[in-house]
Amino acid sequence: MNQPIRAVSVAVMVMFLALMANASASSVLRQTELNENPQNRRVSDARFAQNRGAILVGKTAIASSTPVKDRFKYQREYSNGKLYAPITGYYSYFYGTAALENTQSRYLSGSTDLQVLDDLIKSAAGQVPKGAEVHTTISAKAQKAAWDALDGRKGAIVALDFKTGAVKALVSYPSYDPAQLATHDLDASKAAWEKLNADTDRPMANRATREIYSPGSTFKLVTAAAVMEELDLTPDSTVDASAFKLPGSTKTYKNNCGGDEITLRQALMKSCNPAFARLGVEVGAEKLQAQAEKFGFGQRFLDDIGSAASKFPTDIDGAQTGMSAIGEYEVQASPLQMALVVAAIANDGIMMQPYVVESVVSENLATIYQREPQQALVPISVTTARGLQSMMETVVESGTGYRAAIPGETVGGKTGTAVTDRVRSPYAWFVAFAKERHIAVAVFIEDAGLKDDDEVAGGKLASPVAKAVLEALK
Amino acid sequence: MIVYRKRRLVEAFMLLLAITLAMGGYILTHLNIDAELPEQWPWALGILGSLALLAHIVVRIRIPYADPLILPIVMLLNGMGLAMIHRLDLGSDPLTHSAELQLMWTSVAVAVFCIVLIVLPDHEILHRYTYLLFLAGITLLMLPLLPVIGSEKHGSRIWIQLGPYSFQPAEIAKIVLAIAFASYLVDKREVLALAGKRVLGIDLPRLRDLGPIAIMWLASLAVLVFQKDLGTSLLFFSLFVVMLYIATERPSWPILGILLFVVGAVASYPFFSHVQTRVSAWLDPFSDFDRNYQVIQAQFGMAWGGLFGTGWGLGRPNLTPLAKADFISAAIGEELGITGLLAVMLLYGILATRGMRAALGSREPFGKLLAAGLSFVFVIQVFTILGGVTRLLPLTGLTTPFMSQGGSSLVANWAMTALLLVITHHARRPQIETANPVTSLSSETTQIIEVKA
Repeated sequence: MNQPIRAVSVAVMVMFLALMANASASSVLRQTELNENPQNRRVSDARFAQNRGAILVGKTAIASSTPVKDRFKYQREYSNGKLYAPITGYYSYFYGTAALENTQSRYLSGSTDLQVLDDLIKSAAGQVPKGAEVHTTISAKAQKAAWDALDGRKGAIVALDFKTGAVKALVSYPSYDPAQLATHDLDASKAAWEKLNADTDRPMANRATREIYSPGSTFKLVTAAAVMEELDLTPDSTVDASAFKLPGSTKTYKNNCGGDEITLRQALMKSCNPAFARLGVEVGAEKLQAQAEKFGFGQRFLDDIGSAASKFPTDIDGAQTGMSAIGEYEVQASPLQMALVVAAIANDGIMMQPYVVESVVSENLATIYQREPQQALVPISVTTARGLQSMMETVVESGTGYRAAIPGETVGGKTGTAVTDRVRSPYAWFVAFAKERHIAVAVFIEDAGLKDDDEVAGGKLASPVAKAVLEALK
Repeated sequence: MIVYRKRRLVEAFMLLLAITLAMGGYILTHLNIDAELPEQWPWALGILGSLALLAHIVVRIRIPYADPLILPIVMLLNGMGLAMIHRLDLGSDPLTHSAELQLMWTSVAVAVFCIVLIVLPDHEILHRYTYLLFLAGITLLMLPLLPVIGSEKHGSRIWIQLGPYSFQPAEIAKIVLAIAFASYLVDKREVLALAGKRVLGIDLPRLRDLGPIAIMWLASLAVLVFQKDLGTSLLFFSLFVVMLYIATERPSWPILGILLFVVGAVASYPFFSHVQTRVSAWLDPFSDFDRNYQVIQAQFGMAWGGLFGTGWGLGRPNLTPLAKADFISAAIGEELGITGLLAVMLLYGILATRGMRAALGSREPFGKLLAAGLSFVFVIQVFTILGGVTRLLPLTGLTTPFMSQGGSSLVANWAMTALLLVITHHARRPQIETANPVTSLSSETTQIIEVKA
């Protein structure tokens, strides 16, 4: 019987070799894929249990991780969560991350190549590695001022330094507290997520960068830029402000601008609809669209946080062109986009790339990322830019934007009120710049609460908010 | 003539090592989870140490020539299983106390081990009850199909329930049938080895000798069909075929056996959704995340453990359902890494070689066949369950011998170890009677009178 016993023994050894070879092969071939599988809870839990670096405004942490005694070890906390939610985003177990928590995650978690070696050394020494700190460009004072000035109205504010592109304030209301989603009580987090998503006010929508709205009369800045560039008009050129019937349509813009023959400056000051609609048709849909795109329509900015591209409609007829020229029809822009339009005008035609992350400092205080200002676009010439600045200053000195005036400073602005339909109340806009302080600001109020008076909303509601933000940035 | 040494000191030293490793796992788990020693560690050490000492002493007295590695390996596997079950207890919410129960069962198993050694110093006694054991084995196997006491768990009807106690009779049937097969085949090997027709170069057995294999095939199919237990079915059928092959020395038996298995498997495949599920979970677990959740979690766990594992208490083995039972090797793979898992596989491999070595060394056919059969039972269990967990094979619900949670399996496997050790003792014992025959009867003080021919 020994011969078959030997044969069986050989078979048994082959079986064990197969077991061990297969286990080794699995470890080599399948491991990476399995560990990268999004359904792998071990990996997602470990990620959620990181000692992430803080996100700072000035020297104050607006997001930070504190050690706790549970299986996730570190609780992400947000000081003043609602105020900064559009910037920090959230860090949640089930729903991933958003905004800076998302885009800066590799720095915050310490998984960039630069940090990995450090961490290896730390782990070997028995210390828990910590992620890097992300320093933002936000001004706590301006952010607070913007939030307070918005005073519980749905809307958004973006303020940035037009010389560098550094975002100084970025507010969206209503907001949410990211702590609700970051909690280790996963059931509570789930409930909060469901409640926030079911909320018809959409508190998680970032109205400042990721939502686009009818820009109303603030878009006249783009139309003015187009005609100054293409038709060589100057602020003092005479324009026809008489009633304008849209070509191929019955809709007519009545003259409300104090005379049929006015200057371009007066037209902007009065936010004269027939004048701008006519100028838009005159310059043509293509040129108008080209100018909007030069200002960044169709592009996404601020990758740190993420944004929606603003839209200018394509293939439009005469009537649609006329309407688009005054920011109606299907023109849609984010408050960020309108702030960028003003920033380009105020910066003599050069649009700087907006950014929120100033620098990233690793745990051992080495700066591993430092932002340098970058030029994004050159939408208009210096001459056009200066002309527009001058006209916007007139709007604040003696036009619809007088409420934004700050004594002793040069402030330019443009109001806007977009009546989207007859049922809901119009959007109120105000875009402005403070020349000496290099600040461009866009204020958007979703629910102006006024229905009839076309120009009042932007001037009355939005311009004081812009002023408050500008003043906070002294 | 090789004269084996007893090697009991080697066994004692190896047992010490086994206890150290098991206690190490237990203590490291607590250090890693609570950063302090477990309160009951002196108790755990005391109980485990006494069990090892008891087993060692009984072996020393009753079977001093027994193989010195088998007992330490079994003790190590059992101890690591206990440590891992305790670790999984700690990770459960709410806390469970399976390890205490498993330790109780370990004590019972070691007691059974000692009793077997004490009442059965010679395995030849078992040769006498061929048909009784065969009947008992088949009855045990079919017991769960009885209406009142049979009960179904996790889709397989392999349990019997007596009041609050449940156990798997198939675990006892393993031993009983291995003995029955061995004694039946030893008696009938000459007849079974007679050649019938020769087809394609293979000598087929005579048709009338196909009876036993047909009965076992049908019994295995019955287990598969009515108890829905692929693993048990495979275990008994392959055990029978392998023993038949060893007894008859005819390769036609395993070939026929494999053919029958393939026919059975292919023919029944379309009718058994649970088999189809297992196959799809094996080939492509991610095709259905929820249904193949267990296999996928085990894969995630082992991937997470990587080469050296997370360390005792630092992984997340509780995410895998039934981690204490069928999937304990996945927990080992997660916390001790692929290295630890390979080490466990090697331990089983050494256990198998020691058993096969005993079969080769044994001097009488019954012992040979029984040792080979018992070793093969370990092998087939380890191969199917570890192969299933690591996705070498479709998953079949067999227990991981000595490691996974469950009293019946633990007791049965320890009893099998005792039998195997008895055979190794007889194989390694110096054969004074034959090696040094009495040179002259006349030199003896008394005359020896032959009374039998």
